[in-house]
Amino acid sequence: MNKGRGFRVYAFVYLAFLYAPIVLLPIFAFNDATIVSFPLTGFTTKWFVQMWNNAALGDAVRNSLIVAVSVSILATTLGVFAARATTRYRFPGQAGLLGMIMLPLVLPDIIIAVSLLVTILQLGISLTLKTIILGHTLIATPFTIAILNSAFQSLDRSLEEAAYDLGETKASTFRLIIMPLVMPGIISSLLIAFSISLDEYIIASFLGGTDNTLPLYIFSLFRFANQVPTVMALGTILAVLSVVLLTIAEYFRRRGIARAGGKDTGGFL
Amino acid sequence: MNLRKLFRSEAASGYLLLSPTAIFSIVVMAAPLIAVVLFSFMTAGYLKIIWTPTLANYVTLLDQPIYVTLMMRSLIVAAVATAATVFSALPIAYFISFFVPPERKSLWLFLITIPFWTSYLIRVFLWKVILGYNGVINSAFLGLGIIHEPMTFLLYNANAVVITLAHAYAPFAILPIFVSLEKIDRSLLEAGQDLGESRFMTFIRVTLPLAVPGVVASVLIVFIPTVGDYVTPTLVGGNNGQMVANLIENSYFKLGNYPLGSAISVSAMGIVTVICLIFLFLNRRFLRSRS
Amino acid sequence: MTNSPATAAPNAASKPIIQLRGLQKYYGDYHALRGITTDIREGEFFSLLGPSGCGKTTLLRCIAGFEDWSAGDLSIDGANMENVPANKRPTNMVFQSYAIFPHLSVAENVGFGLRRARLPKEELNKRVSEALDMVGLGGYGKRAAHALSGGQRQRVALARALILKPKVLLLDEPLSALDKKMREQMQSELRRLQRQVGITFILVTHDQEEALIMSDRIAVMFEGTIEQLATPQQLYRRPVSRKVAEFIGIMNFLPATVSRADATGIDVEVVGLGRATIAAEQCPAGAKTGAASVGFRPETMTVLYDNDPVPASGQIVTGTVAEVVYFGDMTYYDIKLDGVEKPISISMRNVVGRPVLERGAHARVSWDNGALVLFC
Repeated sequence: MNKGRGFRVYAFVYLAFLYAPIVLLPIFAFNDATIVSFPLTGFTTKWFVQMWNNAALGDAVRNSLIVAVSVSILATTLGVFAARATTRYRFPGQAGLLGMIMLPLVLPDIIIAVSLLVTILQLGISLTLKTIILGHTLIATPFTIAILNSAFQSLDRSLEEAAYDLGETKASTFRLIIMPLVMPGIISSLLIAFSISLDEYIIASFLGGTDNTLPLYIFSLFRFANQVPTVMALGTILAVLSVVLLTIAEYFRRRGIARAGGKDTGGFL
Repeated sequence: MNLRKLFRSEAASGYLLLSPTAIFSIVVMAAPLIAVVLFSFMTAGYLKIIWTPTLANYVTLLDQPIYVTLMMRSLIVAAVATAATVFSALPIAYFISFFVPPERKSLWLFLITIPFWTSYLIRVFLWKVILGYNGVINSAFLGLGIIHEPMTFLLYNANAVVITLAHAYAPFAILPIFVSLEKIDRSLLEAGQDLGESRFMTFIRVTLPLAVPGVVASVLIVFIPTVGDYVTPTLVGGNNGQMVANLIENSYFKLGNYPLGSAISVSAMGIVTVICLIFLFLNRRFLRSRS
Repeated sequence: MTNSPATAAPNAASKPIIQLRGLQKYYGDYHALRGITTDIREGEFFSLLGPSGCGKTTLLRCIAGFEDWSAGDLSIDGANMENVPANKRPTNMVFQSYAIFPHLSVAENVGFGLRRARLPKEELNKRVSEALDMVGLGGYGKRAAHALSGGQRQRVALARALILKPKVLLLDEPLSALDKKMREQMQSELRRLQRQVGITFILVTHDQEEALIMSDRIAVMFEGTIEQLATPQQLYRRPVSRKVAEFIGIMNFLPATVSRADATGIDVEVVGLGRATIAAEQCPAGAKTGAASVGFRPETMTVLYDNDPVPASGQIVTGTVAEVVYFGDMTYYDIKLDGVEKPISISMRNVVGRPVLERGAHARVSWDNGALVLFC
């Protein structure tokens, strides 16, 4: 089969380009040299130990977890409302309102950061983790809506009607029928919002005040050449974590589609 | 119609359900955006804002060459990065849509999205490692004897920014094109060949026009955020790779001039919006002239 | 024919279970139901038949409580249903897509509506397995719902609705997703089930054959109104309008001129057939002299062969065979009667010794006054 061979070769070269940086992560994380360059000098796990004993890093991780967990819950809740409203009902102005809600997808993050900063300072609110949570929820919500929309869309409307017809109320129908069927979508939405927040730098740096999150901490380490291998170790762990999270999210997304009897049509977004 | 019916009506239920998200979006996004626009017409005083409307900030932006230069550079870098990203993404999207068996498509999309979900900061930093003076490429080429001293044009310039952005935004470019290719009815292509067109001409006359909406979407979805990207130019751009986001950050934090920073933000948004509208308009004209 | 729905009509005298009075429904400017007034009786198998967009599904969904109506009254078992939500009505529905809950087992699906009754576990299990037995799915309770075939889903949906002992069972095109063989099997099964439980079934369908086979009475709907409400036999033999006649089975139409019309019947001159007398019950009320048209079913005419005797009551006309379609048990002829441009269809049962005429052959056709229906 000669058809598409050129494309296949290109595809693998492209994948190599995509994965090149990530492949380097563990290589330098276990390399026994302060300077990140070839040739490699030897195997070590000391960077991981150094990372583990870093108190400032611990604080940053804790802050990031607080922010990311709050964001995943808030953004998913807002996403559930929006996805349910737009898949179940038709009303005038729907496309416009949804367009506004999805706008952060195409708005540079720095604009969001700047506008929130100006407003928050004018209102006399101090910059804390809470203000980061606000900003992150704003940028994560469009992603949760995209995921939840497909979960709610594959839900046959007559399932709700059937439950209602069999004597359930609207609330109990939501609990007994809709929630279990969209739960996989909700889980993958939680995980995606979590990863987005965990990774976000610019909004956190504008709105964080004195509170450090993980990306802010990593960014500050880049200035110190001797800290770079520690960042590599940290990056390796983060990469493994996000691949695990992403795999779980993808698993639930597919299970959700299979459960609702639909056909799989693609990945995220 | 009584109140109860009104409450139960389709539209009312829809508005009620959408309202938490819509209100959040208005309060946290729309209102602050309006605030920025207002701010851009104020003047920075010492530790406070002078509430007199003025165009002075915009005049400053036009007067001082640094602002125009950086704005232009941002646009050019973003345009080049977008072109690079979309052109390199096209064959991949085409490959997955047309040559990968249906049951393997999800796996391919998954493979493409994984790098995207690992820390953006660290990915950008790793490009610095790859492209740097003592970086992977230079040390490998030196080791192989292809070059005798490290190449310096790789890092700390616009090239590095383009490469890094093309890497960072790859899934954003691939997915919309893939989706539009998936929507193409395969029998149309067979019909094209059945009517005597070659495989290549079928691609040009049938596939490409039908893929245009996806390409347009990926151009916009890559171009808009890359204009305002901060991390990449800061880490790999060097002094000649700085972009408008650095300028905004600088005026807010280093200069403390909020109105000026707001004016830069507003101008950047305005220029990007105008460019996108022109692009959409030209694209529509192009599509219409074909049909 | 003692078993036929029309003659059986066991409920002709029974009281109405659903009363519709001037029911109207608007979707914005679209007038979906234009004043439906009728009674649906206790214990009958009632069908709403019509093309898509005629309002039959809207009417069913009004009865179920999924749609509000714009004007008029709807009562079930004597109680007005205004502002009574679907979960408080004595009706249950079998959905077109069956709406089997994919995350629940067969038994959990069937027992779903009994959750609120808070029955003891043994009682619940007993009633679920009774319901499953009734639809022929005994022993399927533990199966996962998504692993069922189309016919099995249909049965689960039936059991799930019937277990609540509703006064009326609503069926929204329940057989449309099944293949032909399964559909025929389910048709007789549904009929049997309806007789067994004795409650009113209301079936929405666009398939006239299905409606004829299953129903006690059929309401034929066009554009938001009931065009005719009758038993299957009445509907087939005496459609009230050309629209109904064309929707149900095949009917030939010939232009005609009425020369006499009174209470005993009419005299008419039919193009291609000649003079005929049609009894009053085969004519619309208030038929007047003048232009009209006459209809008859393909099987009411006979193509004669050379040695066939002329039937005693029949008249004979001649024509040419324009088309022959051989179906095995039947032969369908298109015959151009002398002096008529448009061919008429005639169906003949193939019996031993009767040859099939070929295209272009000369044909003699015998017909009977009693088969003719007058349309104004």
